[in-house]
Amino acid sequence: MKNNVKKLIPLIVLGLSMVSPAFAGMEDDPVELKLMLNSFEVGRVDNTNVTSWEGGLWIGKDLNKLWIMSEGERAAGETEGSENRLLYSRAISPFWDLQAGLRHDTVPGESRNYANIGIHGLAPYYFETDANISFGENEQVKLNARLEYEMMLTQKLVLSPEIEFNAYAKDDAAMGVASGLSNIGAGLRLRYEIKREFAPYIGINWGKKFGGTADLATADGGDASETMFVVGVRAWY
Amino acid sequence: MTVGKFSHEPELRGKVFDLNIDEQRVNFTGRSRIATAINGTVPGPTLRWKEGETVTLRVKNNLSVDTSIHWHGMILDYRMDGVPGLSFDGIKPGETFTYRFKVNQSGTYWYHSHSGFQEQTGMHGVIVIEPKNPYPYKFDREHVISLADWTDEDPTRVYGKLKKLSHYYNYNERTVGNLVKELKKDGLKKTFNNRKMWNEMRMSQRDLSDVTGYTYTYLMNSSTPREGWRGIFKAGEKVLLRFVNTSAMSFFDVRIPGLKMTVVASDGQYIKPVSVDEFRIGVAENYDVIVEPDASQAYTVFAQSLGRSGYARGTLAPNTTMTAAVPKVDPVPDLTHLDMGMDMSNMSGMDHSGMDMGGGDMSGMDHSKMNMSGGMDCSDPMHASMDACKNKKKPSMAGMDHSKMNMSGGMDCSDPMHASMDACKNKDKSNMAGMDHGGMDMSGAKPVKHAATEYGPHVDMRSEAPRLGISDPGIGLRNNGRKVLTYADLRNLYPTEDKRKPSREIELHLTGNMSRYMWSINGVKYADAKPIELKFGERVRFTLVNDTMMSHPMHLHGVWSELETGDSDYLPRKHTVIVQPGAKVSYLVTADAHGRWAYHCHLLYHMLGMFREVRIS
Repeated sequence: MKNNVKKLIPLIVLGLSMVSPAFAGMEDDPVELKLMLNSFEVGRVDNTNVTSWEGGLWIGKDLNKLWIMSEGERAAGETEGSENRLLYSRAISPFWDLQAGLRHDTVPGESRNYANIGIHGLAPYYFETDANISFGENEQVKLNARLEYEMMLTQKLVLSPEIEFNAYAKDDAAMGVASGLSNIGAGLRLRYEIKREFAPYIGINWGKKFGGTADLATADGGDASETMFVVGVRAWY
Repeated sequence: MTVGKFSHEPELRGKVFDLNIDEQRVNFTGRSRIATAINGTVPGPTLRWKEGETVTLRVKNNLSVDTSIHWHGMILDYRMDGVPGLSFDGIKPGETFTYRFKVNQSGTYWYHSHSGFQEQTGMHGVIVIEPKNPYPYKFDREHVISLADWTDEDPTRVYGKLKKLSHYYNYNERTVGNLVKELKKDGLKKTFNNRKMWNEMRMSQRDLSDVTGYTYTYLMNSSTPREGWRGIFKAGEKVLLRFVNTSAMSFFDVRIPGLKMTVVASDGQYIKPVSVDEFRIGVAENYDVIVEPDASQAYTVFAQSLGRSGYARGTLAPNTTMTAAVPKVDPVPDLTHLDMGMDMSNMSGMDHSGMDMGGGDMSGMDHSKMNMSGGMDCSDPMHASMDACKNKKKPSMAGMDHSKMNMSGGMDCSDPMHASMDACKNKDKSNMAGMDHGGMDMSGAKPVKHAATEYGPHVDMRSEAPRLGISDPGIGLRNNGRKVLTYADLRNLYPTEDKRKPSREIELHLTGNMSRYMWSINGVKYADAKPIELKFGERVRFTLVNDTMMSHPMHLHGVWSELETGDSDYLPRKHTVIVQPGAKVSYLVTADAHGRWAYHCHLLYHMLGMFREVRIS
């Protein structure tokens, strides 16, 4: 996977930079790179520190980009789970991008690959939306969606609620999921933008597992639901 | 605050000029940065020419990248126009390019690099051309006042930031605090409805300017607001102030509290004098004004940015010590439905109840086609300049027949149809019976057609019914209690030279996607566009429709843009024309200059896409 990514990037960058004739040394649509750490946070649950992240990068031009995104959680020195996506992103309307590519989900000792297709963009009323459907081996299908909203308390203080869910078509005990709605998460973060690019925040995350997924979690000695206060930073470049 | 810097740029006179382009350290903010200097100064020297003379300008490029100089507003051979790729190949590092052309005009203009983002890094200066014939007005002293926006950031980085987060520089967004106030005032339902369209369109009502005082230090003749520029006058003098907006991205609203300004020239060309309290100067525009200050006091020359994120300032004083109070920046305005080019006929939910009709008899006005339930609101810009909103006296306006009008824009004095209508200006309205609007171009509120290329991910809005915005002072200046210059006030001093009717109309739509930070014309960016072809000698009308929420200063090189401000016999000649958001504007062009000309939005970070070649052959 990693090697494939390394091979892919130069090819895609080359493709993206097949530029239109520049004039006067200026390119209206240069290749840009955005590095994003949307959240990097620490919380504590059951006397264990949990570190989680969500971020990645995009590289490309106005309408066509390559996205690499990763999110996950580490506790007690071990990555408890991660979701990673490599996507070709193409603008399909003023506020929406169609994103297609690969998804690689991990839990300790196991991983799954999917073909992923999704939409990313800004819905009316300013809901930032990321919705994906992923097709894996053994006819597994995963649905995932996340909605985020930003309330400007002041020009720099932003309260940002978000909600996310996952659902699966098939049981996959090794990955700790069962068919149906597996979990819902909700978060509320209050960040202060020291600069647009750098904002520390405090927040609260709430998560609940459902059905067979909840059973698997409790059988494993975990909780079906948890609430966690977090402290973190958001940054981009 | 210091008493002010006498920061006149060096002035060069004569017929032969050597201009050296170098990198230069400057410090406007407390941090040392590299700027692009002309003969060692930022901004460059003011060039003084004489009408009728031939000037030679040897421009030496000491940079490590290409450069160029464009003589903004000059009517000249296109090979001397200084646009790399169209006029010539640009000036390579180490090379000298010699410009030589006859100066066939007089007035205030400017010059700047047309390469890369060099203009943003300070490579610009002012041109003053002495007229062959005596000035048509008297003055005893003159000052050049150039306005600029300096950033410590690398402009490439500014552009990148806008691409990644288009509201990066906007620190005047509406907050929860605004929402709470609005809820208290209007209640939930009305607040929701007022914001509905903006929320659905995902547009910000505070999207006034892309780059703001967050990064910009606004300069008046290279003086920061803290320093302040200082200009001297003596008792009894008439002072000519030559304002030039040399900034990359900033519109300024200029006033001198306590002084009336008589505008005598626009874009270098004489106009019939207009007395105003304030004027908006778009990027690249020029206004010459005359003031008659009182020697017992000092005055502040106050130029606030359109986005209200800062200002440039100077002091006019009879001596080197007197100072004047500096006004506060005006409140940040909200864009309205009008600025989106909305069709107002569907806005029955609007509250117009605040309008004082003054008890006058306007019964003869047939507004029957309007769906204006609830009366009218003078705070709405649609009615802003309507006299009914201003005058207490409302004699009979009986007999005005508006029945054939498409009044979807309402009775709007900012519509040129009404701009020159006496009802909008005169105190005395008793004499308006029987006005016939039958022959007027009523296209102001007619829905427009949009090209297929305007639909797609690269265009986020299209004006449904753009109004003719020439007598609208513009967002943030409406009803501010001051007499604000509008385009409808501009009348050329001399009769229009080319009296022919235009043989055709070229309608261009200014388009973009703010959040993706993409700009184009008719949805097609420059890199993908074919040139606009004009036949040598033909007279055409350009109509520009603004399908975005920003004002765009459109600059046509090589030929005059004769702005249709209401009197075809006295069309003011401009080189740069502001097209207000959701509005349209038209001007006539006589294609009397062969060659390949640039035609573009003069906002530096828009022009890469919002650009066309105009080919006259």
